[in-house]
Amino acid sequence: MTSERPLDGDTLDASTAPDSAPASAVATAPPAVVDRPAPGGMGGQGQAGRARRTTSFLSLARAMFLGFRRDRAGLFFTLLFPLVFLIIFGGLFNNTGTYKQSVLEVGSVPLIDQLPADARAELGQVFKITKVTDRAAALDKVRNGDDEAVIEQVGDRIVMHYSAADATGAATVQGVMTSLIQNANVDATGQPPKFSLDSDSVEDKSLSYIQYITPGLLGYAIAIGATFGATSTLVTWRQKKILRRLTLSPVGVPTVIGARIVVSMGIALIQTAIFLAVGAGFFGLKLSHYWWMSIPLIFAGTLSFMSIGLLAGAKAKSMEAASAIANLITIPMAFLSGSFFPLDGAPGWLQGLAKVFPLRHLNTGMLDVMVRGKSPVSVLPEIGILLAFAVVLSTIAALMFRWDDI
Amino acid sequence: MAQTIRVDGVRKWYGDTHAVDGVSFDVEEGEFFGILGPNGAGKTTLLEIMEGLRKPDDGEVSLLGMRPWPRNPRLLPRIGVQLQASSFFERLTAREQIRTFASLYGTPPAAADHWLEVVGLTDKADTRTEKLSGGQAQRLSIACALVHGPDVVFLDEPTAALDPQARRNLWDLLREINNQGRTVVLTTHHMDEAELLCDRVAIMDHGNILKSGPPAALVRGLDAPTRIGIETGTVPVDGARQLFPDAEVSDDGVSLTVSTRNPAAVLSALADRNALRGLAVRGASLEDVFLDLTGREYRA
Repeated sequence: MTSERPLDGDTLDASTAPDSAPASAVATAPPAVVDRPAPGGMGGQGQAGRARRTTSFLSLARAMFLGFRRDRAGLFFTLLFPLVFLIIFGGLFNNTGTYKQSVLEVGSVPLIDQLPADARAELGQVFKITKVTDRAAALDKVRNGDDEAVIEQVGDRIVMHYSAADATGAATVQGVMTSLIQNANVDATGQPPKFSLDSDSVEDKSLSYIQYITPGLLGYAIAIGATFGATSTLVTWRQKKILRRLTLSPVGVPTVIGARIVVSMGIALIQTAIFLAVGAGFFGLKLSHYWWMSIPLIFAGTLSFMSIGLLAGAKAKSMEAASAIANLITIPMAFLSGSFFPLDGAPGWLQGLAKVFPLRHLNTGMLDVMVRGKSPVSVLPEIGILLAFAVVLSTIAALMFRWDDI
Repeated sequence: MAQTIRVDGVRKWYGDTHAVDGVSFDVEEGEFFGILGPNGAGKTTLLEIMEGLRKPDDGEVSLLGMRPWPRNPRLLPRIGVQLQASSFFERLTAREQIRTFASLYGTPPAAADHWLEVVGLTDKADTRTEKLSGGQAQRLSIACALVHGPDVVFLDEPTAALDPQARRNLWDLLREINNQGRTVVLTTHHMDEAELLCDRVAIMDHGNILKSGPPAALVRGLDAPTRIGIETGTVPVDGARQLFPDAEVSDDGVSLTVSTRNPAAVLSALADRNALRGLAVRGASLEDVFLDLTGREYRA
C-alpha cells in the first residue's frame, strides 16, 4: 500500500519552487501562469502593494455587492418593501389636502354667482359647486351622503342644508359660507375691513404628506439596508470562517471594513435615487434647493446603522438570531423616529426617547434639507450626532467582537 | 533537508481544557505531513496555531523561517489555507469566487481560471458555489487556497463528509499538489487516507502527539499479527488449530481467519494443502496503530 505514495521525500530537490515544479502526473497541472508576488512587495509597501490593495479592495467590494444583488430576500426588504410603503402611503393620503367639498346650488345664489373672478377661483379650490334645479332631489343627495351641502338663497337669506352624519364636511362648508357672508356684509357697508386674518402654515406651504413620508421611509429603508448588510456580513462570514480566511491573506482589516462601508453607502445611494424618482415621478414630491445636503447625512446615517448591525451580530450565533435582534432594534426605531407618521402628536417623553435612535436624527435632517429648504449648515449637528452614534456603537461592537461562534 | 515548519513545545489551553498540550515536531520541505486523530483531539487548534490564526500559550512555531504570530504579512503570500469546505463568499459563482481570492494576493484572473481547470471545474465556472456538490466545493476551496502559488499548504479535513468516489478524486489532486513541490500539511480522522497520502503522520489525541513517523514504519513498529482468511470449510477449524498451534484461529461461518506473527509458514502450509480458496491477507493498518496507542474504540 505504502508504495502508492506519490512522493519519496528524499528525491525532492529542496530548492524547487512550486512554479518550476517538475512534470506533474496530470497533464493540466503545471501552474506556470501563477504569478507569485516578489518577496519584497509582500509587506504591502510601495507601488505594487498599493496596486494590490486597490484591486483587492475593489474585488471585495464587488463580491459583497454581487452577494447583495443576488439575495432576493435581502433586496425585497431593503428596496421593495419600503417602496411598497411609499406607494401605499403616497397613494392613500396624498390627496387629502386637495379634497373638495361637493356643494349643490339650488336655483340662483347671487352671493356665490356674483363673486369676482379671483374670489370665485379661490372658492373653487375648496368647493365643487354643482347647479341644480330640483330642490327635493338635492336634499335627498345630501341625506344619502353623496354631497356635503345644499345652498339656496331666498332674498338676503342664505340657507344651508347639511347632514348631521357628516359633521366635518358640514362644518367646513359652514365655515366657508360664514366667511363669504361676512365679507359680503363688510362690502355692503362700503367701509374697508378693519381686521384681517392672514393664515400661514408654519411648515413650508408645500409640505404635504408625500413631502413628509418620502424622507421618513427613505430613512427607514437606509436603516434596514445598512443594519442588515453589516449584520449579515459579520455573522455569515464568521460562520463560514471567511473572516479568518481573510486575515490569512495579505489583505488588511481596514480594506475589508472599507469595502463593506463603500458597498453599504452605494446601496443607500441607490435607495435614495429610487425613492426620489418614485416620489417625484408619481406623487408630486418637490425637493428643496439644498436636497443634495441629504447625501452627507445619508452617509453618516449609514455608518451609524452599520454599527447597530455590528452590535446585533456581535453576540449572535446564527444569521436567524442576528436578524431577530436587528429587527427588534430597527422596527421600534422606525416607528419612534417618525418614519411612518409625524411624532408631533406624541407625548413629550416619547419624543425625548426617540432621540436615542440615530434614525430620528437622520429623518429630521433629511426633512430639513430635502423638503423644508433649510440651509445645509443647519443639519451639521445631525451629521455630528450620527457620526457620534457610529463611533460609540462600533467601539462597543469591537469590544464584543469574536472571531468564532461558540 | 530544510525544515519548513518547526513546532516546539506548543501549548494552548482553554480554561481547564488542554487543547494542545506541549507538541513538538518538524515538517520538511516538500513533505506531505498528516495530523491524525479523532474529533476533538486538538488537530484544528494545532493547525490554526501553525497558520498563525491563534497565539500559542507557550512554545514556538517557525514557518518558512518566520513566526506566524502575530500576523505576518511577509509570510501570508507564501502559505495557502483551506479552513473548511464552505469558506466561500455568498452567492458568487465558482469563477467569481476563485478570482476574488486571487485578487487578494494580486494574482491575475488568468491564473484563477487555470486553477479551475486544474481541479476540473471549468464546466462549473458559472455555477454558484451553493449549488456545487460536496466534492466540487472541496476541490474549489482547495483551488482557492492554492491560487496564489503558496509554498506551504494547510488543509483542515479536506475529505470530511465526502463519498468514496469524491474522496479518491480529491486524493489524486492532493498528490499532484505535493508532487509540484509544495509542502502539504493536512488533518484528517480517516486513517486510510493518511496511510495512503502522507509521507509522515503524527497521531494526536487529547492535545498530545502519541507517535509520529512514516505510516509504514508505524505499522511495522506495531508488530501486530497478520490476519489470513480463507473460505469457511476449506480447512476444518480444529484441523487449522492443530496445524498452527501458535496462531489464533476463528471462524465466523463465512471465513476462517488465522491471526499469526509468522504469515509465511501459515501461507505455505495452506498452499501445500491447496487450501487457498478465497484467500485474503490483511496486515495491520494505521488504524490498528491508533487503537493500540489510545487503547479504545476509534471515535470518528
